[in-house]
Amino acid sequence: MKACKGDWVRIHRILMEPGQRAAQVPEDTARVPLEMWDKGFLLNEEAEIGHEVLIKTIIGREVKGTLIEVNPAYAHSFGNCIPEILQIDRDLKTLMQEVGK
Amino acid sequence: MNTDYSDLMSRKNEIMKRAIAIDYSKFDRGTIAFDYEQMMREVGYDLEEIRTIQSESGVGNTPIYELRNITRLLRHYCKPGKGARIFLKDEAANPSGSFKARRAATAVYHAKKLGYKGVIAATSGNYGAAVASQAAIRGLNCIILQECYDSKGKGQPEIVEKARKCEAYGAEVVQLSVGPELFYVFLTLLEETGYFNASLYTPFGIAGVETLGYELNSQMVERTGKAPDAVVVTNAGGGNLTGTARGLQKAGALDTKIIGASVNLKGLHMASDQQFNMKSFTTGHTGFGIPFVTLPDRSDVPRSAARSLRYMDRYVTVNQGEVFYMTEVLAQLEGLERGPAGSISLAAAFAIARDMNRDETIVVQETEYTGAGKHLQAQLSFARENGIEVSIGNPADEVPGKSIILPQTPDFISAKELDLEKLRKSLIQNCVKPLEVQQREELAEVDIEYLAVETKTDTDYVHRVLNAL
Repeated sequence: MKACKGDWVRIHRILMEPGQRAAQVPEDTARVPLEMWDKGFLLNEEAEIGHEVLIKTIIGREVKGTLIEVNPAYAHSFGNCIPEILQIDRDLKTLMQEVGK
Repeated sequence: MNTDYSDLMSRKNEIMKRAIAIDYSKFDRGTIAFDYEQMMREVGYDLEEIRTIQSESGVGNTPIYELRNITRLLRHYCKPGKGARIFLKDEAANPSGSFKARRAATAVYHAKKLGYKGVIAATSGNYGAAVASQAAIRGLNCIILQECYDSKGKGQPEIVEKARKCEAYGAEVVQLSVGPELFYVFLTLLEETGYFNASLYTPFGIAGVETLGYELNSQMVERTGKAPDAVVVTNAGGGNLTGTARGLQKAGALDTKIIGASVNLKGLHMASDQQFNMKSFTTGHTGFGIPFVTLPDRSDVPRSAARSLRYMDRYVTVNQGEVFYMTEVLAQLEGLERGPAGSISLAAAFAIARDMNRDETIVVQETEYTGAGKHLQAQLSFARENGIEVSIGNPADEVPGKSIILPQTPDFISAKELDLEKLRKSLIQNCVKPLEVQQREELAEVDIEYLAVETKTDTDYVHRVLNAL
């Protein structure tokens, strides 16, 4: 996907490689890099996903990184149905009928 | 280790001083002591000033509700004469949807007054949204730095939602993968921008929460004719508890019991990449609560204004399943749909109220907003995706990181007491740990008195603990 100058994009960058992690991190964390994500307006004339780019963030900072998304969207949600919650609701209804005023 | 990292860390004090404009060294006393009250007086604001600052930006004066149906349900399981009236202060009514607006209001006001162009806060929680919201009101730039993703790029839904909310208020959100080096990135951003460190732990931040305790008392006196018998406060970094307790004291509610509550995440390592998404709570848990109680100065400022052991009468834990359950009960029985983290103290209050008398009152002092990601269904669904077993049964059998057990009936909810004695000893030990043996033996009277106040004990107690070390 191609992005043009001024497009709202998301970038990614490795800040520390596995060997550079702080001494106090647990072993599983030490084995992986420290990564960063940020969003901003593309400053390059044009770029493809995976290109190294420069962005200007919403407050005006210039940040470098790899282009990973154009017009990034929020994907979080209310999750899948959890039948146990419905069970709780039904039990509470019954219970409240037994409970005194 | 990265040379840039060590280099930057060596400039830490200098960067911090510029970013917060407080000379903490002037409050130092003796070898380990510092004058906490002097710091709060000189650097913070008094209650009246804070009320003015907060009312300018729409913060505070949140409603208090009596949870009549929940109290009714509770009394069904109580011995005769038992079952306190449960009240809840609806802090979700603040501009950014949580009590954190109180902390952010004073921090951002202070930054603006000192002429900073922007504010930065390192937080994955509601505080980020609060700082972003207040910065929008005061016209300052805002950067929020979050620990959000594991190494597979999977984000905790609650933190992802918080990022959205911060962006909704015009903030730049810098997101990181798991690791304590977040502090290094934080310093880099402070140095690069020259912005104010809107730390959660400054005197003005904590003083901002005092209005919560003060208001709560006035509302309870108006409703019930007396101060509350107990207030339950969700505890993580200690600021919520410290500020609320100080506000209650300023209101004259000296007999009100202050009870801290955290979600039990025992066994999960906070800096572990693999365990990051095995937690269903990102704050209010024991992973922050216990380390901060026993060493308040582990925060991002030299002297934290959040010192919860000074104020705590009891400290309890509840399990994840119990908190999710009470979040659902709050919606189903009281018509209040709120975020799960705000229900930690509700779950604890439900268990504690059972042993209190019917004519007593207990206040749950906060709620938080809810939304996509920040919801029990989103969290339980995420837990299942990550291989955590979700079931209905006895929450006492829950194992953090492996299972979440929703209580079969409300009487399965219990609050597990933490041993304050152990925490007090641990605080004293942590304070003297960095000292040479000779320094330990030569601690001044001011140091001993300081440790007594820090642990809400007396100097005899401190001497006894020190001698036993």
